[in-house]
Amino acid sequence: MSLITKSASELSSMLANKEISSVELTKAQLENIDKLNPKINSYLLVTHEIALAQAKQVDELRAKGEKLSALAGVPIAVKDNLATVGIETTAGSKILKGWVPPYNATVVEKILANRMPILGKTNMDEFAMGSSTEFSAYGPSLNPWDITRTPGGSGGGSSSAVSSMQAAIAIGSDTGGSIRFPAAVTGTVGVKPTYGAVSRYGLIALGSSLDQIGPVARNVMDAAMLQDAIAGHDDMDATSLPESLGSMTEAARNDSVKGLKIGIIKELTGAGFQAGVTERFQEALDLLVAEGAEIVEVSCPSFQYAIAAYYLIQPAEASSNLARFDSVRFGLRVMPEGSATVEKVMAATRAAGFGPEVKRRIILGTYALSSGYYDAYYGSAQKVRTLIQADLAKAFEKADVLVSPTAPTTAFKLGEKQEDPLAMYLNDIATIPANLAGIPGMSLPVGLAKEDNLPVGAQFLAPARQDQRLYKVGAVLEKLLEDKWSKKMMDFAPKLEVK
Amino acid sequence: MSEITPELVRHLAGLARIDVTDAEVAQFASQLALIVDSVATVKAAVDQDIPSTSHPIPMANVFRQDVVRPSLSQAQALSGAAESESGRFKVSAILDED
Repeated sequence: MSLITKSASELSSMLANKEISSVELTKAQLENIDKLNPKINSYLLVTHEIALAQAKQVDELRAKGEKLSALAGVPIAVKDNLATVGIETTAGSKILKGWVPPYNATVVEKILANRMPILGKTNMDEFAMGSSTEFSAYGPSLNPWDITRTPGGSGGGSSSAVSSMQAAIAIGSDTGGSIRFPAAVTGTVGVKPTYGAVSRYGLIALGSSLDQIGPVARNVMDAAMLQDAIAGHDDMDATSLPESLGSMTEAARNDSVKGLKIGIIKELTGAGFQAGVTERFQEALDLLVAEGAEIVEVSCPSFQYAIAAYYLIQPAEASSNLARFDSVRFGLRVMPEGSATVEKVMAATRAAGFGPEVKRRIILGTYALSSGYYDAYYGSAQKVRTLIQADLAKAFEKADVLVSPTAPTTAFKLGEKQEDPLAMYLNDIATIPANLAGIPGMSLPVGLAKEDNLPVGAQFLAPARQDQRLYKVGAVLEKLLEDKWSKKMMDFAPKLEVK
Repeated sequence: MSEITPELVRHLAGLARIDVTDAEVAQFASQLALIVDSVATVKAAVDQDIPSTSHPIPMANVFRQDVVRPSLSQAQALSGAAESESGRFKVSAILDED
């Protein structure tokens, strides 16, 4: 079996046992990127020299007998909204084209401290606004399962990279589902940790009260190892949790769901969900029940307002966060004709630098925050947030974890929803509540929908700080499914033909 | 139908410092009208007695020791600027000539 199809945990032991070198592995990985990326567009930038230099360094340290972390030498892809010293960082926007950050995101510092070679920066919807990567200023990424379809968004670069063996693991960020939705439609595992579990310092902010960085992987153990590598308190982020949430790697070794109470969210099943999605989802639940898990039904009536609340809060926060792109300190500057004041330069720069979805959301957010409307819109949305938290608290009294399909449908066609913002927003119905409430969520592949042979994801949710529960149930379900299929999810994937 | 008119879109874009074309104004007005109608459902969902949540996991008084730590040099801080002079960011005139 070739190196690039192996999991990060397998590669980690092979590296530790010196069966392979990181240089060998990184070269194989880069070779596949060079072959596939021109077609799939997972990476906006591939950092060949940097990755190979880091690989060489970790091999030298290992040869010297230095104590190294579990993932040392395993190459990784990083979403392009994380600041990387010396590596262009655009967040998928023209306004940041050519920007080379003078500082690293904390997560990037941790990747470097773990000595994981950085393969490159992955594509995304501009400033993470979107569910398909079609709003990237640099063209969409394609879904390796069917290249006429989206790999999800905003993190479609990372999901398409991991699902096409252009990286074993990647970093994503999730504001309303940008890790979990791409995972669901590409047959990969994506986790949004508890808000504050992973430092946001150096993440180009979208909605600061919603954003969370997390792992993208091909299996639960790899995601766990990566979350352990990037989590932890950081005093550069005032919202960073002071306490440790425990070892996710340890949780992912769990082998029993006996007595586990799994709550099915009534509002996120049935009508509006594709039949093939519901079927695979139900099948996964049956497997867990056969292993001794108990199913309870829970109700979260306020979820019906979640999308509405989200599309007020997030644009409001985005309109404020994106005010920093003002043509002064970084990024694009466009000079309008004639005598120009700094204000006119700003307006011309932002007109040229932002794409349509970003402009829409900034204008929407400005509206939601403007005097006279603030209480009715933004104020009400914040109250909905309280209701959602209360519904979830009640649900978690009855269940240890909650479950639903990650998304109502399998991957949609590129172009299908690009001109219809509302249709695009509805996609996030199951993922948004976790961001509004700050709780952790995992999307796990549960097979292919009958209608279209495309991946289906199940989403597990746990109370804040109980991320371990996701890995415990995820590890068991993954094993049950693999035993049933006698293969892994990725073994179903069609072979990608590139000329 | 909500009150998102082309004039309001132009005004909001002005507040957000984004030049918009006539075509954009027309497109955004119709799209935002639909979006605003849809998000307006939050108004029906809540009454005055519900407290607001601005932050999912509230934390208060997050302080650190007031000690000098390494930070960006002046050159690093200016490295992304479109224009700089004498160690400062350079911008066009703040005020109109007339």
